[in-house]
Amino acid sequence: MKTTNIMIVGVGGQGSLLASKLLGKLLTDEGYDVKVSEVHGMSQRGGSVVTYVRFGEKVYSPIITEGEADYIVSFEKLEAARWAPCLVEGGQIIVNTQEIDPMPVIIGAATYPSDILSELTAKGVKVDAVDALSLALQAGSAKAVNIVLMARLAKHFEIPYEKWIAAIESTVAPKFFELNRKAFEIGYYA
Amino acid sequence: MKKLMIGNEAVARGLYEGGIGLVSSYPGTPSTEITEFLAKYDDLHSEWAPNEKVAMEVAFGASLGGVRAACAMKHVGLNVAADPLFTLSYTGVNAGLVVCVADDPAMHSSQNEQDSRHYAIAAKVPMLEPSDSAEALAFSKAAFELSERFDTPVLLRMCTRVAHSRSVAEVGERGEVVKKPYVKDGAKYIMMPGNAKRRHPVVEARTAALAEYAENCPFNRVEWGETDVGIITSGTSYQYVKEVFGESVSVLKIGMPNPLPKRLILDFAAKVKKLYVIEELDPILETHCRNLGFDPIGKSLFSPIGEYSQKTIAAAFGLPKKPTVTVDSAAPARPPMMCAGCPHRGMYYTLAKNKVTVLGDIGCYTLGAQPPLSAVDSTLCMGASVSGIHGFNLARGKEAEGKTVAVIGDSTFMHSGMTGLVNIAYNGSNSTVIILDNSITGMTGHQQNPTTGYNIKGDPAGKVDLEAFCRAIGIRRVRVVDPYDLAACDKAVKEELAAEEPSVIISRRPCVLLKYVKTAPPLRVETDKCRSCKRCMTLGCPAISMKDGKAHIDATLCVGCEVCEQLCAFGAIVKGGDEK
Repeated sequence: MKTTNIMIVGVGGQGSLLASKLLGKLLTDEGYDVKVSEVHGMSQRGGSVVTYVRFGEKVYSPIITEGEADYIVSFEKLEAARWAPCLVEGGQIIVNTQEIDPMPVIIGAATYPSDILSELTAKGVKVDAVDALSLALQAGSAKAVNIVLMARLAKHFEIPYEKWIAAIESTVAPKFFELNRKAFEIGYYA
Repeated sequence: MKKLMIGNEAVARGLYEGGIGLVSSYPGTPSTEITEFLAKYDDLHSEWAPNEKVAMEVAFGASLGGVRAACAMKHVGLNVAADPLFTLSYTGVNAGLVVCVADDPAMHSSQNEQDSRHYAIAAKVPMLEPSDSAEALAFSKAAFELSERFDTPVLLRMCTRVAHSRSVAEVGERGEVVKKPYVKDGAKYIMMPGNAKRRHPVVEARTAALAEYAENCPFNRVEWGETDVGIITSGTSYQYVKEVFGESVSVLKIGMPNPLPKRLILDFAAKVKKLYVIEELDPILETHCRNLGFDPIGKSLFSPIGEYSQKTIAAAFGLPKKPTVTVDSAAPARPPMMCAGCPHRGMYYTLAKNKVTVLGDIGCYTLGAQPPLSAVDSTLCMGASVSGIHGFNLARGKEAEGKTVAVIGDSTFMHSGMTGLVNIAYNGSNSTVIILDNSITGMTGHQQNPTTGYNIKGDPAGKVDLEAFCRAIGIRRVRVVDPYDLAACDKAVKEELAAEEPSVIISRRPCVLLKYVKTAPPLRVETDKCRSCKRCMTLGCPAISMKDGKAHIDATLCVGCEVCEQLCAFGAIVKGGDEK
């Protein structure tokens, strides 16, 4: 079977590490060979961060390069544009419509591109744009953005809903399970 | 049991199963989690040391005392610990001793991309290099036996992509933890010239024995495919080679980069038509091949700079590029930056405002170099701010003394800043040192250190009193300021720069990301009062931006530190932003 490639991109501190842990657990339990490559250290301080998740029968490289990602889950809009060249032709982007200005934009040295999503759509990218922040707040916490986006990703896989919930249960602390279960439900059915 | 784990967790598990009794380390990306995972086990001793040299020497002492021991560090940490390493090679070990060192090709979180394999060669010690978590576990476990069998410390080389990638590893049982007897043996452990002269031949003989072992050891293996192309590779490069070629080429995978086998390589080279060597950073394997008398294709095709990927290798072999999406609108860069509410910001604002030359150091606070603060002039290595300012002031004289400071974090000060401060006191340097004390080792992800009062397990521990320490070594002017108080920072900086003697300012406030730190409600901008002067924008706070020509505070990011409020001349920044 072909290896499936998922990139989780965003801004350091947004919680992409938990999302990748969840995927790793779920896909390993499904019997796949899995590799997940994470970012630690300096980039976590508000920089652009990328996590690679690859699964299939046998996975060698832990990273994903240009033209290889079947899915990009972007926790922030601008980051979707930054990493889009990693997508396969006609690949799927799931993007949180939240905008977080990078420092060059804040200090006026650059401008935040205005029509990222329409440009991606025009290039043949399948775009699922979702206001994950509002949905997460609906579930009870802005921190649940990662789980809302995982729910959007889940719609593209044949793995049963309950297995995702089980993977969430074994990944998050017990006291946060109900919040995250709800965030997943809201994201999935939004 | 199979488990998905990052390479560093696998190293910790391997060392655990291998019977480790003690680990001592200083944190450093990408090595930190090795020690953090070991600290989760209660049937061994784990601790943070103030620096890598101390850590390695603690591990040496434990080995001498008969307990299997390890230390872990990043590549530049091994520079600090190089002194004990080179002579540990001579003494050898009693119980097994493993030195984990994690390289950072592409410098994801480092100041250089040095190749640690040079240390294995220079110190004449064996080095193992895993390619994924399964190997990280197996190699770490085997390293103790290798160490004891050949009476040598063993280097275990990780790199970012192995250390921080999750893959499946087989978790086993913890082996028996043997405590070897300690027997006094001066000829082996007292390295004064007479003894060391007798130990050096032992080291050379050991290297020869290890090279022989390398011919058939479990760490090196040949994976035969077609023989038109043969590739000698190691570490993460092996994964990229397999990703591109699968079983279609022959691969000699090197898991022990020092010492390298001779016959294994000659035999492999003889059986393939075209030979490549693919290794990140420096041409270590390639140089060995050349010394054996043949001429593989290596760095003539592959760069010694940065990290590789399947794309690097496919491109070098002229394989077609994968079709992709091109985006026309350029995405503005998103460099890392100091967090909203970072206690370093107030002090850096003060230094920038006073146009002070700042010799910087290694940590989160290196980010003070980023625009708009652009407050840092130099960053070299751990501790170099405090040592360097003395030389800088001597070179530039009185004018510099009143306009220059060194800044260093609490953990970095413990690591190697304090010796520089002793030098300042001893040599009567008219220098001003600012200790940015955020009460944690920040950049590597919140590790305790000797100034925090807690140990690696989070239990109360000895606490260095920074003020008392500075006074004890002879600094008379020591003062503490709250970096959230801009007026106090300005006063302290101006007065200490004006003073005609060494001085220390401790800029003290805990990291805003620490769990115990209670943040305040967000602030907001009263837009009718905002005159769009952009003074608040000079702080470089990620929570503040200009929206429709007026300052705007993002309530989800703001932690209510009130530094911008102090800056606004028109009272436009007020308490009472939207609750999160």
